[in-house]
Amino acid sequence: MLLQATTTTAHNIGGPGTAYLPVMVFFVFAVAFPVMPLILGRFLRPWKYGKDKMRPYECGIDPETGAHDRFTVRYYIVAMLFLIFDVETIFLLPWAIIFMGKDFSFTLFALIEMLIFIGILVVGYYYAWRKGALEWA
Amino acid sequence: MSALALLAPLNFVDSLLLKFFSEQTVNYIIWPFIQVGAVVTITALWVAYATYLERKISAFMQARLGPMRVGPWGLLQPIADGLKLLVKEDFIPENADRWIFFIAPYIAVVAAFIVLAVVPFGPDWAVITDVNIGILFVLAVSSVGVLALILAGWSSNSKYALLGALRSSAQMVSYEVAMGLAIIGALMFARTLSLSGIVAAQQSNSIWFLLYQPIGFVIFLISGIAENNRAPFDLPEAESELVAGFHTEYSGFRWSLFFMAEYTAMVVVTAVATTLYLGGWYFPFVYRLTEAKGYHNAYVVVSLIVFLAKAGLLLYLYFWLRWTLPRFRYDQLMDLGWKWLLPAALINIVVSAIAIVTLQALDGSGLITIKSMASGLNLTAAGKGIAIAFGVLNLFLTAGILSLINWRSRDFNLKQQRRQIRLVDLPKGKPAVAPAVSEP
Repeated sequence: MLLQATTTTAHNIGGPGTAYLPVMVFFVFAVAFPVMPLILGRFLRPWKYGKDKMRPYECGIDPETGAHDRFTVRYYIVAMLFLIFDVETIFLLPWAIIFMGKDFSFTLFALIEMLIFIGILVVGYYYAWRKGALEWA
Repeated sequence: MSALALLAPLNFVDSLLLKFFSEQTVNYIIWPFIQVGAVVTITALWVAYATYLERKISAFMQARLGPMRVGPWGLLQPIADGLKLLVKEDFIPENADRWIFFIAPYIAVVAAFIVLAVVPFGPDWAVITDVNIGILFVLAVSSVGVLALILAGWSSNSKYALLGALRSSAQMVSYEVAMGLAIIGALMFARTLSLSGIVAAQQSNSIWFLLYQPIGFVIFLISGIAENNRAPFDLPEAESELVAGFHTEYSGFRWSLFFMAEYTAMVVVTAVATTLYLGGWYFPFVYRLTEAKGYHNAYVVVSLIVFLAKAGLLLYLYFWLRWTLPRFRYDQLMDLGWKWLLPAALINIVVSAIAIVTLQALDGSGLITIKSMASGLNLTAAGKGIAIAFGVLNLFLTAGILSLINWRSRDFNLKQQRRQIRLVDLPKGKPAVAPAVSEP
């Protein structure tokens, strides 16, 4: 049964539900694997409180302020650019799969469609570049 | 007959299991349980011995010996390290967000590990599961790793950790874009998102997609290395400035979980790169010499070894690069991601689409290029030649366009820029290079 299970069955019968069951099994393993040594380690490792030890590391100098301070706005810009381009990737993935269809009936149409899509995106990309959103420092 | 003899124990276990459980349970829970156990054990062993290998390889590259004391040639060093980490104190700095601090390393490890569930390590029983959106699953789950880093950095309440987390998250999301766009070219030839399907497409074509998609492979590999925060992109843990980056405040076994996640993520990137571009477990003549003659298990085992060898070569590349290239500056890193890899990936998509349209047009006009559409895009020898020619053309095209659009950017073409600076007016806005003082 195993011999058919992984290739043929997963291809044909393995619907969205059943194909993900092994992923769930893997999830259980992946959670248990790091937890077990930590539980085991609890009986082995020392625990001693020291006021100086508990301070955040700052090269030996006492921290003056908290760490949750303001940081440069460029990280936000990168995050926004990431959102735009990642959504684009998600749009292009199904396009790449159905590009040829079953018999190449709409390949040229799909190509032109993609060129328009990427064209619009490149305009935005050029704008971001000119505005200096891609420059760091 | 010998093949049947080899199969006997597996079939026996299978029939035994079927007596107690339903077919669905056996296929989708119990056998995966065994497979997953094997994969997790082997990956954990790899993670342990990757640290050893890294130290040994770096030592040999610098004419040293590396670990030699624990066991023969220092072979037991990883075990000693693991024991040491297990008995180390695991403390939480005061003012830290305790729960987030606890959970962040688990998120990192689970996100890195779980991707391996969909990777086809071999043809038959070496696949754990074949999810029909495999590559999307890989992209989605591996990007959860960013969350772990930023949670770890934020909850530590330490300035170094926060800076490292911000850096690494910005770096990882930047390169994720290029990575996602780079694989689209290969998917167009494979016509499926399933990783087993991608290997099948390469096997039925008897070709590696590396030949169709050289640029895609390079982009994927560079962004993969950057995603894993490995040298030369190891800015998040730049020892010389940020101590250790996002895991500055972690200690003991919890700290080692981050390393486990990093090395597992390396395995994931190399495995996916192998599947997409190096033909996965496919190798010429293996099928003809084993499966066609009835040696089914030999086929699976040899394919598994082929897969591991390919992934191992790419993993060696990681170590090699680490000890060859110096670390990037942060603006160089961002430039490489946004100004070089992203346009290159877009060009790659366009060129791949044009290549397929050309193949179709040539097929219509007499020259037979397309064999069938059974599994991926099956091309004849002429069709393969044209597709490879497009790949090679793409190399030059991408190099040309990239150097054109980056002509004035920093750290590129410096000689020319210095020469031109007094002759040409700089464009409005920020100068690319500080203008030289003009002599009277």
